Amino acid sequence: MRLPCPICGERDRREFYYKGAALERPAPDAGEAAWDDYVYLRENPAGDTRELWYHDGGCGAWLVVTRNTLTHAVIGAELASEAKA
Amino acid sequence: MRVAGKGLLNTGRSVPFTFDGVRYDGIEGDTLASALLANDVKLVGRSFKYHRPRGVLSAGSEEPNALVTIGSGAQKDPNVRATVQEIHAGLQAHSQNRWPSLAFDAMAINNLAAPFLGAGFYYKTFMWPKAFWEKLYEPVIRRAAGLGGLSGENCADEYERAFAFCDLLVIGAGPTGLMAALIAARAGADVILADEDFRMGGRLLAETYEIDGLQGHLWAEQALTELGAMDNVRLMTRTSVVGVYDQGTYAALERVGHHKPHKAGPLECFWRIVAKRCVLAAGAIERPVAFRNNDRPGIMTAGAVRAYLNRWGVSPGKAVTVFGNNDDAHRTARDLLDAGVHVAALIDSRHDAPNFDGAQLMRGGQVCNASGARGIDAITVRTASGEERIRTDCLAMSGGWNPTVHLTCHMNGRPEWNREIAAFVPKPGAVPGMVTAGACNGAFSTADCLQQGIDAAKIALAELGLTAPDTALPDADDAPYRIAPLWAVAGKGRAWLDFQNDVTVKDVKQAATENFRSVEHMKRYTTQGMATDQGKSSNVGALAVLADATGRGIPETGTTTFRPPYSPVAIAALGAGGQGDGFAPQRYTTSHKASVERGAPMVEVGLWYRPSFFPKPGEKTWRQSCDREVGLVREHVGVCDVSTLGKIDIQGPDAAAFLDFVYTNMFSTLKVGRVRYGLMLREDGYVMDDGTTARLGETHFVMTTTTAAAGEVMRHLDFVHQTLCPELDVSFISVTEQWAQFAIAGPKSRDLLNGLLEAPLGEDWPFMACGSVDLMGVQGRLFRISFSGEHAYELAVPARYGAALFRELVARAEALGGGPYGMEALNVLRIEKGLLTHAELHGRITAFDLGLGRMVSAKKDCIGQTLSNRPGLKDPERERLVGLKPVGAIKQLMPGAFLFDKDAEPVRVNGQGYLTSACYSPTVGSTLALAFLKNGPERHGEVIKVVDHLRGLETLCEVVDPVFFDPAGGRARG
Repeated sequence: MRLPCPICGERDRREFYYKGAALERPAPDAGEAAWDDYVYLRENPAGDTRELWYHDGGCGAWLVVTRNTLTHAVIGAELASEAKA
Repeated sequence: MRVAGKGLLNTGRSVPFTFDGVRYDGIEGDTLASALLANDVKLVGRSFKYHRPRGVLSAGSEEPNALVTIGSGAQKDPNVRATVQEIHAGLQAHSQNRWPSLAFDAMAINNLAAPFLGAGFYYKTFMWPKAFWEKLYEPVIRRAAGLGGLSGENCADEYERAFAFCDLLVIGAGPTGLMAALIAARAGADVILADEDFRMGGRLLAETYEIDGLQGHLWAEQALTELGAMDNVRLMTRTSVVGVYDQGTYAALERVGHHKPHKAGPLECFWRIVAKRCVLAAGAIERPVAFRNNDRPGIMTAGAVRAYLNRWGVSPGKAVTVFGNNDDAHRTARDLLDAGVHVAALIDSRHDAPNFDGAQLMRGGQVCNASGARGIDAITVRTASGEERIRTDCLAMSGGWNPTVHLTCHMNGRPEWNREIAAFVPKPGAVPGMVTAGACNGAFSTADCLQQGIDAAKIALAELGLTAPDTALPDADDAPYRIAPLWAVAGKGRAWLDFQNDVTVKDVKQAATENFRSVEHMKRYTTQGMATDQGKSSNVGALAVLADATGRGIPETGTTTFRPPYSPVAIAALGAGGQGDGFAPQRYTTSHKASVERGAPMVEVGLWYRPSFFPKPGEKTWRQSCDREVGLVREHVGVCDVSTLGKIDIQGPDAAAFLDFVYTNMFSTLKVGRVRYGLMLREDGYVMDDGTTARLGETHFVMTTTTAAAGEVMRHLDFVHQTLCPELDVSFISVTEQWAQFAIAGPKSRDLLNGLLEAPLGEDWPFMACGSVDLMGVQGRLFRISFSGEHAYELAVPARYGAALFRELVARAEALGGGPYGMEALNVLRIEKGLLTHAELHGRITAFDLGLGRMVSAKKDCIGQTLSNRPGLKDPERERLVGLKPVGAIKQLMPGAFLFDKDAEPVRVNGQGYLTSACYSPTVGSTLALAFLKNGPERHGEVIKVVDHLRGLETLCEVVDPVFFDPAGGRARG
């Protein structure tokens, strides 16, 4: 698998570290349910998914990668620092 | 035997080799199979289960029978297909699965036991008694059934891995692949043409067709010359594409050294090829016909006989018979006759077979038996008029051709049945970016292959945005391929489907009878297709027999799943570079050489190598060295390389705010020139890492991490900054390797430094101070921190001065009665002080467990703060940090031991905690341990039981404060 790093270009997945779903961190007082969701609960989507990948074998950028779990197509990637909603 | 005037072995150079110790001569360009056949060696192996004598069946990588062992010793290579192995001077090949010899094999007794060894015998026999299975049945069966053995020695051969990228990958260099490659290359595409053979041309080398008036092999040569001269083309011979993966990624195995007499360089190279587009032109594999004793040596596929004749100038027999159900089989008889080889009969199972001149044609005939123990001597042919025995020493059989669809199925594509050619063809679009063409696509005439090669290249080029040049279809043979299916000839006896795994028609019928009707069940029950050839020559035949036995059609019966690799790949090739030193990187400190020179045994810490201890003459055990080193730190001064700790340089106006967010405690309040201990949590509230961070300037910090977690912390900081607070103006970078850092610990540490630094240390250097210092013309950084509880410093210099500084520090320490100390002493010193490592910070520990709950500031948010406040993470009942000191007799305390109430039975439900670190402390004069104990801090003074179940040790210990030595901390501050 290759991921399109916005800084380095398309690179082999061995250069990347996988974290998991790209999620919004809740406010400290968001409550137990929101924190439970953020830290523990994960969707298992059949289709497009947004995930965090770290280009540790390259530029050190965290990326939000959009990928399809059914077709394995890598749809795109953006810098996590710019992807923040 | 060789046939005069035939073959493409141009040089004619003789090449000597041995088979089972007997010397033979082949010709340069021979495979082991062609050379053996040229020498009239027909018996080359014994079958897997029944030890039946076997010969060469095919002329390609699909070979199920002719498996041999090449070489000896550590370089012994078992299960090599003789049809793929090229001969070279000094080649030593041995037959397999026979004892004492190939001609007389004692295990052939299995053949007589065949009635008991049929399908499912594993499941039905030897069920009990249970103990017999492991001790008797399994080993006996294992020995009896088998292939070549491994040497048992370390792999001595070199293997390599490599990557390649291209616009178009063309798989297969027969007429189709050559045509596609030519078109694409002329259009300017970056082309890789890969072929598993050592000579490109595919069937053009094995046939007598002409293209554009040229003999096929000459046309191929012309195409290859043109391709070879182009910079945008890479020709990869001996390269089998074995797997297809996402995003146009292809795995390929290149056989680099198997054909060379002297093994210099790699034996094989495992390629990952990334291709924007791919043309699959993998050709087709001929299938045998099942009939009684069709596994006799000398019975081969008709296309293989043709290949041996036309490419290698070898006739596998003197009186050849040909048996087929299609027009293609006639070519074999024709080519043999043209070469002057006697064709005893052409048996065509079709009643409407075309005419044939030059040999007896038996229309509607079927070969129903073969005789001859170690090579056939006759066949029995059944026709409407009865059975007839014909003397022959070679039978060329053809049940038709199967398109090589395997690679199109690697991404879950299922091939489709084509009734006209009685074979499976690839489903269009089965692999994104791949176009199939030629014989693997069901096109069986040369003209069709060339046309499909052109068309496939055009499709790929259009998708690549390139323009295909105008190319006329070369003039070539376009005879139709007519076939009437014939899978198995009816009759008694055993008729083989899967030669390599010894699966017969009877076995498949048996499976159907026992209701293993699904093709996947039949495969597993009979083991058909499960040998190393993956049933390349038997899958379709077997499922046709299954379809017949279950009263279904072939398309309804379906195929099993083709999975990578297409042909066998050695683990050594997949893992190339991962042996020995290649297994993991090795990181050395600047003091490495000096430590090794002092005889220090090095220990792996993460990827780093660090000295365990520095033995002195007369010291017989590590403990003696360790005790001495602890003493010299406590009494004088010790020097230790601590460069392996992670160092992260953090700068920017928001650096302090950033640290406040990643650490539980406050760093914005830290004064410039001071160091603070920090604790980092994961977002789930558990401890991730600890370390000290120094403030070198208003906007400049240097963080240290533990050695083991350096990479993890760096990634974490990047994560927090980039995804959670990109608005903070802060930058950081790992400087672990840029700075060499040494601990100088002990009462005389200041004396040592004052002799070295240009300005002596004054009163402005209290505990936890830091700053820039000058020494010997170099600017360094000094931190007054202590991991030993002593008055101590860490001195950092740019790494290029590390080696020199270490020697200097050690010399000065020794002059003061001290010296270097290693990891063992460092560990004792920190346990005596109750300081933590990842033995304690193992991922299930909270700040509360460590007695550091107050370090989680409530005044600010930080990573992990919210969830660290969960009641369960602050429960006093939790296992919390304590010190343990043995009372009474003690053998040994080791990490991993469990804690129990003094009088409780040491079983799981009574567990009270566990021990994480232990050592003998020469300072305290006792064994000491750190442990996590339920309600720990409330139980100081209690005696508990420590049980090491693995070693059978039981020790009574008193629960104490984890700081065993100098609890007030006066030594470090003084």
